[in-house]
Amino acid sequence: MIEPKIQEQSSVDGVQTRVKFYQTGTFTAGNRLLDKELRTVQSSQERSNAITCGHRACQGCGEALGARYALDAAIRAANGNIIAVNATGCLEVFSTPYPETSWQVPWLHSLFGNATAVASGVAAALRRQGKDHIRVVAQGGDGGTTDIGFGALSGMFERNDDVLYLCYDNQGYMNTGVQRSSATPPTARTATTPAVGKAPGNPFGIGKDVPRIAMAHNIPYVATASVANLHDLEEKVTKAMSIHGARYIHIFVPCPLGWAHATRDTIRVARLAVESGVWPLFEAEHGEVIHSSPIRRQIPVEEYLMTQGRFAHLFKPKRDEERLSALQAIANKNIERYHLIHEEANA
Amino acid sequence: MLKQIEGSRGVAEAVALCRPKVVCAYPITPQTHIVEALGEMVRTGELPDCEFINVESEFAAMSVAIGSSAGGVRSYTATSSQGLLFMTEAVYNASGMGLPIVMTLGTRAIGAPINIWNDHSDAMALRDAGWVMLFAETNQEAVDLHIQAFRIAESLGTPVMVCVDGFILTHAYEQLDIPEETLVTKFVGPFQPAYELDPEHPVTAGALVGPEAFAEVRYLAHHKQLQALKRIPALAEEFLQQFGRDSGGYFHAYNLEGASTVVVGMGSVVGTVLDVADELRKNGHSIGVMAITCYRPFPFDTVREALKRAERIIVIDRSITAGMGGPLAADIRLALENRLLPVHTIIAGLGGRPITKASLKKIFERAPLGELPEITFLDLNWDMVKNELGAEVA
Ligand SMILES: Cc1ncc(C[n+]2csc(CCOP(=O)(O)OP(=O)(O)O)c2C)c(N)n1
Ligand code: SF4
Ligand SMILES: [Mg+2]
Repeated sequence: MIEPKIQEQSSVDGVQTRVKFYQTGTFTAGNRLLDKELRTVQSSQERSNAITCGHRACQGCGEALGARYALDAAIRAANGNIIAVNATGCLEVFSTPYPETSWQVPWLHSLFGNATAVASGVAAALRRQGKDHIRVVAQGGDGGTTDIGFGALSGMFERNDDVLYLCYDNQGYMNTGVQRSSATPPTARTATTPAVGKAPGNPFGIGKDVPRIAMAHNIPYVATASVANLHDLEEKVTKAMSIHGARYIHIFVPCPLGWAHATRDTIRVARLAVESGVWPLFEAEHGEVIHSSPIRRQIPVEEYLMTQGRFAHLFKPKRDEERLSALQAIANKNIERYHLIHEEANA
Repeated sequence: MLKQIEGSRGVAEAVALCRPKVVCAYPITPQTHIVEALGEMVRTGELPDCEFINVESEFAAMSVAIGSSAGGVRSYTATSSQGLLFMTEAVYNASGMGLPIVMTLGTRAIGAPINIWNDHSDAMALRDAGWVMLFAETNQEAVDLHIQAFRIAESLGTPVMVCVDGFILTHAYEQLDIPEETLVTKFVGPFQPAYELDPEHPVTAGALVGPEAFAEVRYLAHHKQLQALKRIPALAEEFLQQFGRDSGGYFHAYNLEGASTVVVGMGSVVGTVLDVADELRKNGHSIGVMAITCYRPFPFDTVREALKRAERIIVIDRSITAGMGGPLAADIRLALENRLLPVHTIIAGLGGRPITKASLKKIFERAPLGELPEITFLDLNWDMVKNELGAEVA
């Protein structure tokens, strides 16, 4: 992890104070405030490039960004020896409109619900050919992972196949027009949980927590990540690539189209999710959480919710206090479960 | 080498001789004995350098095979009935991607009502999935067809399904000739992958194809099947040369020359049909038999030519397309083009109902008398049907 740059600065009354430049600590690609050697690999012209520009993702697509960073990190970790298997979904559709393709790695798409099983097959084939240096990465959206591909995912985990699975979670079936998935959060408006009726949006008490289900398989590595912190994502992918067996990284990727937020706000929305405790960042090995990223400055959940049109009904025509506090309670539970607030960090 | 073994064991040994590197399967009766035997052979080393992958569903079985075939190794799976339907999406995907997977289908009925016994409903449900489909008449042919299947699949880049009648063949013990390994190795040759997933030369496989190219992709798939139509008899001939056995090809013709009644069937029922036909011929009946091996692609021209002197045709269909009739009979009618001759469909052996010589004999005898309706449900229990339908048929 790169530490935030700390500079000595003199304040008006002449007393020396230490000022944190959080901007430099946010690891923006090509951040010019950083020394050259501290700049992110993504700012280098020599960087690996899993997905080239020209694809058809919406402006500000968190999935496109997350996939590029994750796969590039995987490419670096494997010296370029990567095969990617993709589930049906936005990522697949926007990257391969025949006869064009954005992929600079061997890339295989079969179906919506079978990317993990296909990846297991590719891994077996590589093993049988003695091509152990080539690694397999499978990826899909939350729908392809937590719903229709769940059986195949669990099967790959249970067999401990040598596959890194990346779930790009935009909390809904975006490719088909923003329908609800089992990763859609309570109260969120989707096309199949519209913001009408007595309890508008997605109900409470349903849905599933796939990172924890993944942990229950006792696989060597499970992590959550977010495009809010791309270096953390890169590090987790790098670490996952150093391990063999079934590995799972669940990545939070805002979708401006489905969530109804400004396209320029993708990273901000993702950050607010982390800072509010809505999206805990942690790592687990063999079923045990070994690390979680502390919240730097806790914010109320509603600051996160307010950025997105899919939660607008919580505030208009009048504040839905009951459901806002229920959502806050979920974030609080995350904070407690993953120890996200460290006393010294908020002192 | 001659062995007294179960049909499933024979299929497993034939597959093992073809040296697949990945075998993945999910259990379903009557396919189980085949994959159990292969699993054991992997463990004992009889099938070396191969992975047997226990998956969580048939959908995963076909998906793993898709991955391993695309990943560059010979891949095999087997299923039956509900299992085939459960993997349907991946079955279509395998052919769409041109992957040379070989699959055994231990044919079985489809529920509801659930039924584990043999008929051809499963195979027929996927007859449009773009796979080459071969039907074994005997267990010996099942053995031989698997050896041919890998060649067909890999030389054309198309998946091949070998349909072997569940229980009737898969569970029957008989003497089988398991070919010599060296001969099989020579015949099958090294694996020819459909494409290579090589990080040095990355390809994108399974892209999104819109209206501007989709029809062309489908045309090419049709073209490939027509190529298979040429390849299949040529390979059967080569097999005959190398192994001394007439297995595979389009169909087996028994006394078709000059026969006025021709019975067409697929799979193990042909054995019974032949016995009946032999008896009838002794009594002066003019009857021949056509046992279709190559069901997809369907050899229309050759079938038409072989049936050109027939005066009436009886097709034994082991499944029913409700509201339409027998699927095999429909193809035979198509093959006859404009020739107006009676084509009688016999819907027989559904859900494992025995097809007896006595019942077939009655049918074959009635045909020349013009007494046979267009569709006959063999040995239907009319009392049971009337009981259900009540006043409707009373
Ligand atoms: C078997 C099957 N059912 C449904 C679909 C339709 N479908 C394609 S992509 C998609 C949504 C994908 O959602 P997700 O996996 O979350 O990925 P996203 O597009 O949100 O990135 C759906 C429902 C399909 N292709 N196949
Ligand atoms: S709909 Fe959402 S996930 Fe899909 S391309 Fe657009 S922003 Fe990305
Ligand atoms: Mg999604």
